[in-house]
Amino acid sequence: MLAEIRAFFAARRVLEVETPLLSAAAASDPAVESFVTCYTGPGAACGRAMYLNGSPEFAMKRLLAAGSGPIYQICKAFRQGEAGRHHNPEFTLLEWYRPGFDHRLLMDEVEELLRALLPDLGGGERLSYREAFRRHAGIDPLTVEEQELAKCAASHGLGGVVGPDGGGVDGWLDLLMSHLVQPRLGWQGPCFLFDYPASQAALARIRPGTPPVAERFELFLRGVELANGFHELLDRDEQRRRFDADLQLRARTGQPSPPPDQRLLAALAHGLPQCSGVALGLDRLLMLICGVEEIEEVLAFPIDRA
Amino acid sequence: MASYSTNEFRRGLKVMLDSDPAVIIENEFVKPGKGQAFNRVKLRNLKSGRVIERTFKSGESIEAADVVETEMQYLYSDGAAWHFMDPESYEQIAADEAAVADAKQWLKEQDLCTVTLWNGAPLSVTPPNHVVLEVTSTEPGIRGDTATGGNKPATLETGAVVQVPLFVNEGDLIKVDTRSGEYLARARE
Repeated sequence: MLAEIRAFFAARRVLEVETPLLSAAAASDPAVESFVTCYTGPGAACGRAMYLNGSPEFAMKRLLAAGSGPIYQICKAFRQGEAGRHHNPEFTLLEWYRPGFDHRLLMDEVEELLRALLPDLGGGERLSYREAFRRHAGIDPLTVEEQELAKCAASHGLGGVVGPDGGGVDGWLDLLMSHLVQPRLGWQGPCFLFDYPASQAALARIRPGTPPVAERFELFLRGVELANGFHELLDRDEQRRRFDADLQLRARTGQPSPPPDQRLLAALAHGLPQCSGVALGLDRLLMLICGVEEIEEVLAFPIDRA
Repeated sequence: MASYSTNEFRRGLKVMLDSDPAVIIENEFVKPGKGQAFNRVKLRNLKSGRVIERTFKSGESIEAADVVETEMQYLYSDGAAWHFMDPESYEQIAADEAAVADAKQWLKEQDLCTVTLWNGAPLSVTPPNHVVLEVTSTEPGIRGDTATGGNKPATLETGAVVQVPLFVNEGDLIKVDTRSGEYLARARE
């Protein structure tokens, strides 16, 4: 699988890069918790907090801003608190960036890579986030209010799961997504969801409109979430506002607050080329290639035996 | 009261759910990459036996249930209650009909059973997997017929009715699997 991926990108003249697994900044996204460790030594006599890579996104954007052109990376990523049928706290990501691509063009390329690795896949499907919720949950996720979401969840035996402090509309949408919508996606072939609610933009640019949507996409195959991509946000001030909002939410919920990545902000100020990027979970892809149900089956030593 | 966070969830954990004791039989961690994590849990209500699906936000806690399983010796039944004794402390407890439920047809005096206690009171009784019981009534056996198929009902000393081979007679001791209610073999005491 790794050899085929490398051949795919070599043929497209996308450069393989490596970025640090240990860095001074961490993701601010409240849904991603980083491992923290400490470097003590030359230059850090008293010890300096360092974070294990939760995603190589910030470092790769610094390369893009420095003029790298199209790049990809296969690396380990680490996320605190995530272990289960589709999760291991240490996992392998394939992440790549395409200057000049919007999220639609990048979806095409993700699908081409997937078909190179899984030649017998059925026809692909592109669904807006809105359409997927209408179809599988019977609600419009972009205009719905919390009350109606709670009612919809209750009618599917999921009442009361998200409390009043549960993140509001997005908390309920996450619940319905993971319990109702996602399990039904990607059974004929690869299914891309795109145009996410602006409140779930993460690092995607927001396209103005009524309502505005985030130019973000995710790929699902046989109910498994495989990849997440963005038409990347380029605006430093907007990025800083999102960092601040993330950190405020983290403070409210008592989560640790890692320092925002000033080097990413500096790179954005210098200028990131218009681009799209995507991260794809290689352990999960290998699960699908092998036809197994548990991530443990594709890991030599999962967390309990690591 | 002790409580368990979702990170402590595992198969076999006894928790309180809707004021009833329940045991976790399946625990699945689900999380959208950029979203809230949940634990999707299947539990069995230990009173009703019903299986319930419930989702918790990861990080939440639920109350632990004071449920313990002990090996106890069955003593006797007075019709309303079934009496058991702890073979070490000689302490006795009485289980009601709801607790013994289907187990009662396999209970033979002095057999060791698993008694599940909730807050010290019997919640359920599990008989030994194999019991040896006497046949108290059945159609007469066919001599020598140990090979050909065919079954007949036999009533055992505890009142249970099981299908037995044709050669089994009244007064025989037979070994029964209590999980399936199936005849296993003839037995000598």
